[in-house]
Amino acid sequence: MEFRKDLFQNERDDNLNVVGKGVQRQDMPGHVTGRSPFFDDHAFEGLLHLKVVRSPHHHARIRRIDISAAERAPGVKRILRGADVPVNKNTLLSLINFGKDDEPSLAVDKVRYKGEPIVAIIAESEAQALAARALVRVEYEPLPAVFDVEEALKPGAPVVNDTYPGNCFEYHEKYDHQKLRFGDVERGFAMADHIVEDRYQMSPIEHAPTETNGSIAAPEQNDRFVVHSCAQGLFFSLGTAAKIVNLDSNRLHFIGGTVGGGFGGKVDSLTEPLAVLGAMMTGRPVRYVLDREEEMLHGGPRGAERIYIKDGIARDGRILARHIRSYFDAGAYTRLSSYAAIKCTAHLPGPYTIPNVTSDIYVAYTNRCPSTAMRGFGITAVDFALEVHMDKGAEACGLDPVEFRILNAYRDGDMKAHRRVAKNTALIECVQVAAEKARWPLSEEAQRQSSLTGGGGARAEIPATPIDENGRINRPETRGGRPTQTLPAGTMRVPMTKQPIMEGSTENRPSAPSVPQYEPYRPATAAPPPPPPPVPASRSAAPPPPAAPPVPPPAGPAPASQHGAHRFSSVFGTRRR
Amino acid sequence: MARFRGRGMASVNYPIGMNLGGDPSQALIHSNPDGKFTVALSAIDLGQGMKQVTRQVAAETLGVPVEDVYVDTADSDTGPHDMGSFASRGTHRMGNAVIAAAREARGVLLEAAAEELEVNAADLVTDGKGNIHVKGAPSRAITVRATAQAAQFKQGKTIAGRGIFLIPLSSVDPETGEMNPNTAFAHACLVADVEVDDETGEVAVLGMSSAYELGRVINPKMVEQQLVGGAWMGISHALYETPEPYYPNPDHGPRDFNEYLMPGPGDIAPYSITILERPAPDGPFGGKGPGEMCANPVLPAIANAVYNAIGVRVNDLPITPEKILRGLRANGGVKPQPRRGGAL
Repeated sequence: MEFRKDLFQNERDDNLNVVGKGVQRQDMPGHVTGRSPFFDDHAFEGLLHLKVVRSPHHHARIRRIDISAAERAPGVKRILRGADVPVNKNTLLSLINFGKDDEPSLAVDKVRYKGEPIVAIIAESEAQALAARALVRVEYEPLPAVFDVEEALKPGAPVVNDTYPGNCFEYHEKYDHQKLRFGDVERGFAMADHIVEDRYQMSPIEHAPTETNGSIAAPEQNDRFVVHSCAQGLFFSLGTAAKIVNLDSNRLHFIGGTVGGGFGGKVDSLTEPLAVLGAMMTGRPVRYVLDREEEMLHGGPRGAERIYIKDGIARDGRILARHIRSYFDAGAYTRLSSYAAIKCTAHLPGPYTIPNVTSDIYVAYTNRCPSTAMRGFGITAVDFALEVHMDKGAEACGLDPVEFRILNAYRDGDMKAHRRVAKNTALIECVQVAAEKARWPLSEEAQRQSSLTGGGGARAEIPATPIDENGRINRPETRGGRPTQTLPAGTMRVPMTKQPIMEGSTENRPSAPSVPQYEPYRPATAAPPPPPPPVPASRSAAPPPPAAPPVPPPAGPAPASQHGAHRFSSVFGTRRR
Repeated sequence: MARFRGRGMASVNYPIGMNLGGDPSQALIHSNPDGKFTVALSAIDLGQGMKQVTRQVAAETLGVPVEDVYVDTADSDTGPHDMGSFASRGTHRMGNAVIAAAREARGVLLEAAAEELEVNAADLVTDGKGNIHVKGAPSRAITVRATAQAAQFKQGKTIAGRGIFLIPLSSVDPETGEMNPNTAFAHACLVADVEVDDETGEVAVLGMSSAYELGRVINPKMVEQQLVGGAWMGISHALYETPEPYYPNPDHGPRDFNEYLMPGPGDIAPYSITILERPAPDGPFGGKGPGEMCANPVLPAIANAVYNAIGVRVNDLPITPEKILRGLRANGGVKPQPRRGGAL
């Protein structure tokens, strides 16, 4: 690995003591000698083992559950069913008040994917739990299932998730998808010399961490429970478990922080709530760990995404318009897919400046294991589609693919499709360096380009934008409708984010007068920020984008109502039920 | 029957931190009586190096040797709230929280040293080696250790600090998608060389070369570990992995590592990485974080290289030998595209 310190050198203070040095990690000796303690390295006297009975059907009504033989099996201490779970319906993002509770810990009346947990067996040994699991009798009435995201959205498709009977996540309590509207793509397509359209399919992916999902919960003195966890978000998992077992959060003591690989697959709290419930019910430590087959098949993969892209390109290679329609396969329950679709929307149209961009991103429910976060959540799949599509665009207008990217790359001062100005960009420089390394011939023109110049100006303007009411929930007649109005150029309707909050030395405690702190360079010749766009009089004027680094804000507490779960309700308008 | 070589590229950017913000991180720092610091967090180290990133950021801000700082994470009884290790947020969000906490602790440290040296705290600097001295007068000095002892046993001061970093939550406009998604973006461009066998449909990655712009690199060894590991994941996503090989058909699910296809040691390609650093104005020392993006450019670069080699576009991942052979049949054979550039 080498550095190109010459690039952006005047924006850096390289006179630092330890930041930037390849110092050995504090946990490395423990890792390389096999002594770092992971969640499963904690021994408990009288440890019990939990295993779940999983659905063999993709979609079925549960007629009857008979646990009588399993209860009598050797070593079985307790069997949990849906009725034993205090709050047996949850959605992960309810902790930030986004989306409706839609997923049971143990299925009650229906199973909605193959592998859905129905009954939990707690026994003295793993082998005894597995033996008793085979004795649980469940009678099913199989139901028609749907596996294709676009089939799932058609009228008459089997309803996967009763909370969302249209088989799609509901945005803003209004639309069956998240919209992005910037400029007039139809006009852009009409002006284009080349139209390039294609369909892409990202596959599901298993995280495959070395350490499978699991946890150990044990009664602690004073009516608390300690939980050794491999969660990627310690308090996220604690909050989820506290809600499901209906305990105050301070009665749970979560310990973790050293995790054997996650990649997004350890955000869902797959095991913690049932392990805690098992410890509550038995008064003994309970260990619930997925075996490799469960991790592979039922651990929740990276979701598949289907992506359609249409580009309109001018003869000289400038992309004039881009439309993207995408379907995220959530599986049977929401988990985190609803978040990823908004992140994807913000990412579009990729790191390029395109004057007209629209997208429609759907989160569709299918009868498969719920998908979840994975490295690059909301981005990896669409980047694959966008960058293969860029290759096709270059070919269509007869340009070299590197030149085509530099020509369309975003630069400092450009307006992005989500109506915020790009800054601190460096795509052009990355492309130039990669091309140079590969001895990929570049024109002198392309070699001269820079992220620091050429942006802003007309490229900073928010264009007039037709908006529409397509996809109103429960109103199929709105699908494919024409624009309902055109927002004037410069319209902004979302307030700019305030200065980041960086508490610490803001109150009575002494603050350091001479903290070695990085101060970013401010180029005097940088492209001027765009003029503040006109704002409709009825809206509050948005402050200019913060240019300064996060300095402690002047004292002045945030409004008390801006706290915790309360906040997100105004974002998506979908309150927790 | 023959093997055909091809080259492809892709360029990407990546948003740092949870989309829309609203994802706080907190940190607490305190010194023991000998001037050794503990950073208490509830951040998660998944192997990516969270403990070491925060340790180096704390040591840099405090102005003490990195050996004098240990990070204790994650215990919900002692570590204050953090949203979690995901969304490439650890370095940026937690790094800033640790800076805030360390600034406060450093403030008390310098106050205590000033009292011992009978000078103004504003005139003091640290040398990063465990000493505090008057700016321009290195002989008027006191060790961090002696300062901590004086603070604890003479002055009755706690050398401690607390910090939070929060980018306030943005709303999203339902009709236009307008929002404040992120404040920092990392960038990358990657070139991949492949060789495609037109008889078996197999793709071998011959080599990769990339340029990554990641803001300030906090620890180059850990950046390299992320980028190399992530590139392996990218090859795996592009050519091998999936639990549903005939998606949306849900069958053929793998049960273990024998059935779940991934690249083996012989499939690893030589990889050359170049780092650019354009500091993020609001990142810790300008840091952004390479956690998630390192697989992303590999997928399209390989797909584009396959097209360059044999003229077959595979739009559905993974690019299996079956899809290559079906593509060749549909195209009526290999159609190599123009070669580009020299050896990687």
